[in-house]
Amino acid sequence: MRYIPITQADKAAMLRDIGVSSTQELFAANIPADVRLNRPLNLPPALSEMEILATMSDLTRQNVTLADYTCFLGAGAYDHYIPAAVDAFVRRGEFLTAYTPYQPEISQGVLQVIYEYQSLVCELTGMDLSNASMYDGGSAMAEAAGMVVQQTGRKKVVVASSVHPNWRRVVKTYMHGIGVEVIEAPLVNCELDLNKLETLVTDEVAGVIVQMPNFLGHIEQVRTIEKMAHAKGALFVVAADPISLAVLEAPGNYGADIVVMEGQSLGNAVSYGGPWLGIIATRDKFSRRIPGRIVGATLDNRGQRAFVLTLQTREQHIRREKATSNICSNQALNALAATVYMTLVGKEGLREVANLSLQKAHYAATQIQKLPGYKIACKSSFFKEFTINCPKPAEEINRMLLQKGILGGYASSPDYPLLPNAMTIAVTEKRTKAQIDQLVAALGEVK
Amino acid sequence: MTIPAGLKYTKEHEWIKVEGNVGTVGITDFAQDSLGDVVFVEVPTVGRVLKQGEQFGVVESVKTVSDLYSPVSGKVVAVNAELEASPEAVNAGPYDKGWMIKIELTNPGELNGLLEASAYEAHVKEAGH
Amino acid sequence: MSTLALIFEKSTPGKRAVTFPACDVPEVDPSAVIPAELLRQKPAELPEVSEIEAVRHFTQLSRRNHGVDVDFYPLGSCTMKYNPKVNEEAARLPGIALAHPQQPVETVQGNLKLLHTLEGWLCEVTGMDRMTFQPAAGAHGELTGILIIKAYHESRKDTDRRKVIVPDSAHGTNPATAAMAGFDVVSIPSKHDGSVDLDALRAVVGPDTAALMMTNPSTLGIFDPHVKDVAEIVHAAGGLVYYDGANMNAIMGYARPGDMGFDVVHLNLHKTFSTPHGGGGPGSGPVGVKQFLAPFLPVPVVELAGDKYLLDWERPLSIGKMMGFYGNFGVVARAFAYTLAYGPELKEVSEYAVLNANYIQAHLRKYYDLAVDRYCMHECVISAKTLKHEVGVKTLDIAKRLLDEGIHPPTIYFPMIVEEAMMIEPTETEDKATLDRFIASMVQIYKEAKEDPERVKSAPHLTVVGRLDEALAARKPNLRFKKDL
Repeated sequence: MRYIPITQADKAAMLRDIGVSSTQELFAANIPADVRLNRPLNLPPALSEMEILATMSDLTRQNVTLADYTCFLGAGAYDHYIPAAVDAFVRRGEFLTAYTPYQPEISQGVLQVIYEYQSLVCELTGMDLSNASMYDGGSAMAEAAGMVVQQTGRKKVVVASSVHPNWRRVVKTYMHGIGVEVIEAPLVNCELDLNKLETLVTDEVAGVIVQMPNFLGHIEQVRTIEKMAHAKGALFVVAADPISLAVLEAPGNYGADIVVMEGQSLGNAVSYGGPWLGIIATRDKFSRRIPGRIVGATLDNRGQRAFVLTLQTREQHIRREKATSNICSNQALNALAATVYMTLVGKEGLREVANLSLQKAHYAATQIQKLPGYKIACKSSFFKEFTINCPKPAEEINRMLLQKGILGGYASSPDYPLLPNAMTIAVTEKRTKAQIDQLVAALGEVK
Repeated sequence: MTIPAGLKYTKEHEWIKVEGNVGTVGITDFAQDSLGDVVFVEVPTVGRVLKQGEQFGVVESVKTVSDLYSPVSGKVVAVNAELEASPEAVNAGPYDKGWMIKIELTNPGELNGLLEASAYEAHVKEAGH
Repeated sequence: MSTLALIFEKSTPGKRAVTFPACDVPEVDPSAVIPAELLRQKPAELPEVSEIEAVRHFTQLSRRNHGVDVDFYPLGSCTMKYNPKVNEEAARLPGIALAHPQQPVETVQGNLKLLHTLEGWLCEVTGMDRMTFQPAAGAHGELTGILIIKAYHESRKDTDRRKVIVPDSAHGTNPATAAMAGFDVVSIPSKHDGSVDLDALRAVVGPDTAALMMTNPSTLGIFDPHVKDVAEIVHAAGGLVYYDGANMNAIMGYARPGDMGFDVVHLNLHKTFSTPHGGGGPGSGPVGVKQFLAPFLPVPVVELAGDKYLLDWERPLSIGKMMGFYGNFGVVARAFAYTLAYGPELKEVSEYAVLNANYIQAHLRKYYDLAVDRYCMHECVISAKTLKHEVGVKTLDIAKRLLDEGIHPPTIYFPMIVEEAMMIEPTETEDKATLDRFIASMVQIYKEAKEDPERVKSAPHLTVVGRLDEALAARKPNLRFKKDL
């Protein structure tokens, strides 16, 4: 077998040392007859490396991909540029084939990367501390909901309906487990209805969760919402777009207690939804509530600075059923990609990515609005994504765009029935003026 | 391992030293030694009313964590704020600078149910350590 | 001094690595389109370095890290097997890496077929009927599975089932998972070999039992001889039985959780199916269920209708969602490649995993204590109990001394029911020479512990850093770089 390097001679010698005549004896000594499988597994025959690649290439070649189509689709995954050097490190076996750094003396590489990652996240969000990353943005939001419930002892959370629909589902799924009620705050157009929100945020509410910019691309009145939440003793959770934080104010500077983000945009391929990374950052005062792995700096017995997993008593392997969460891993490799990405683009580069995205999105919105039958769905500001009302259902328009090699925006009416024929369009720094003009021309052909 | 006479003990390894109507509470030398390097102590807020046996906090070492239980009923009148910056005081001086809370007793009769030093010593030995 | 500066400490204002094209559309002033109070005032202090500095920084960091690609990594319970390079290529095929999760289903038929096909294969391996790939890790799979069990009982209005039974030999995630799903945890003592004590189980099951969570082979590397009885006892009480697939690498093709009576199973693709651990993730923890639990799987479920694959979101009994999209798809694709490489010969994976573990046990038992004196499955648990009593050298010291040999130590101090435990899982991808070298190292350390115990207790001696002050790290948390600090 390809990945089993024991020769028949080795096997014979090993069986002799063990004192059995065949491996069957080892299994017979362990597995009772009544649960043994007495037939071969019904799977297709083994393939060589060449055949594996050919099979998978054939299987997935029929997919539409961002390599061949111009992407204006966002809604939780974004076609930002990934510098070449990122994948060079994601592929390095020392990082790729390591496990959680339980032995810090031989894991300083990944430990220092995570410490740098945590530092970068704090810089970006304006928060005090970050963990080593979570599964994805949606599950990070659900863990944040769990944190505010634990912290306040209250059993309700308010989630804006302008939060990603899938993320809201994840929050509800997690909260159902611990018997917490999830209240969805309604919208007016594309942003939260602040009057209705005020009536929903009572002193029984553990936390208020908003997305900024929201799922429809638009900006929420976060400074007002922060005051509403804190006035009732609720915590304020903000889901941010990491790229936007080079242009938009850091949530730490408008009173967020917890920030969660999907880190895909930071150097991770869209990869049909994962693997990416959930980012979670909070205030020092919640350092013993934050779930997941955390790396800290300390000294070794030679007096050198070194890094180690710390604050472990929060975690399941010590607290068992009293742990803050059952999570015992992180998306370390994706956090590595994010760290390398943020290093390569740097302080100026991130501002350029954000500004280019903002400029191109605003150009696209301006041009589309000039078309008859199209109008922007809301007056509120946006960053790189915006929602328009179209003359026909967005699904129908998207089928036409696909014929022209364009992946159109997200059809948002099924999630937001009050917005008729709505399409949420994302524009990143990768889109050229020519591509935007092609989109506009194609949209103009819709009758 | 020191077990000062004159203090009262619980089977959960807390001690209490009563002066007038106020008891000072901490964990025993045996407890700190079993925990290893103490890294964090969570104490209640002043004013909290505790029942005997109620959990009032948590003490953490690098790789383990232990709940703290109040030896008596009463109101917390002081907490050792020094432990936030110097949790290692619990290791260095479990019976003095490592104290955790002061509690105003509401039922001094409860003290009679606690262990004397000799009984606590027997309890520790019996636990097989 | 072998401290490596932080990337922030290498930063110089004005340095750049990647640059971006000039703006080719008419520009607006951001302050004209974003309210002033929401514009960032002070930029994030990301590092400013050249590309070669960045590349050297991360290359140097990688050299301070041990991985399976570097050397032996017998970390028990983690199945640190070789991660084939072809899987990395497969995951980077454009159809996989460059497909957007919000694309219409007719444009991602290949990926849906991949998911649907692998679901069928892994159901065959586990003896289950349906499977979801949404969970991102083993612990995430546990939570998914226990929430499915909760939803099942709720659908039957059987809401007094508040308790989840967990043997005390279980991974810490099991009780943490049950608590996260709102259940009370009932811990039952295991027998000395880690198997379930049937009398203890009978004493706690009842009308309040929601489920039992079990790892089989147990964390002691021993297959539970009464696993069918365990399932029957719990089922008779109306509870369901959950299989923690952490140790699936021991039994592929030999036995299937579905045939043992389990209702819910999670696999760890990053263990058994060779996807790289990545320094702690990403993983993938698919959950398989028997048909009667299929309605509760998270949405969407991939279905085949005629010759078209679709995503079924209309499942009213579903627990909801566990992640934003469909799980760690890129990881699932690697597991697909791995399954293609073996097919029915996955049985040989388990055969050689068990052979390798028994070979190590046969040699080390002459020096160390055995947790259980019988043939093990894919991992063996030994103990330094005697050595500790004789010369004061503990399991931790042995682990640290192994670092000097360039070998990652076994899992230590787990399972907790074994004193001074070392849990050794060599996996099937190591050859005899590597196992012999490990055995020789363990024997050498044993001898050194007797002759020069201080040398072992003060290890490691050859690593870039020595033993770390973990108490300092926890007492004075320093969790991020701050400028001018």
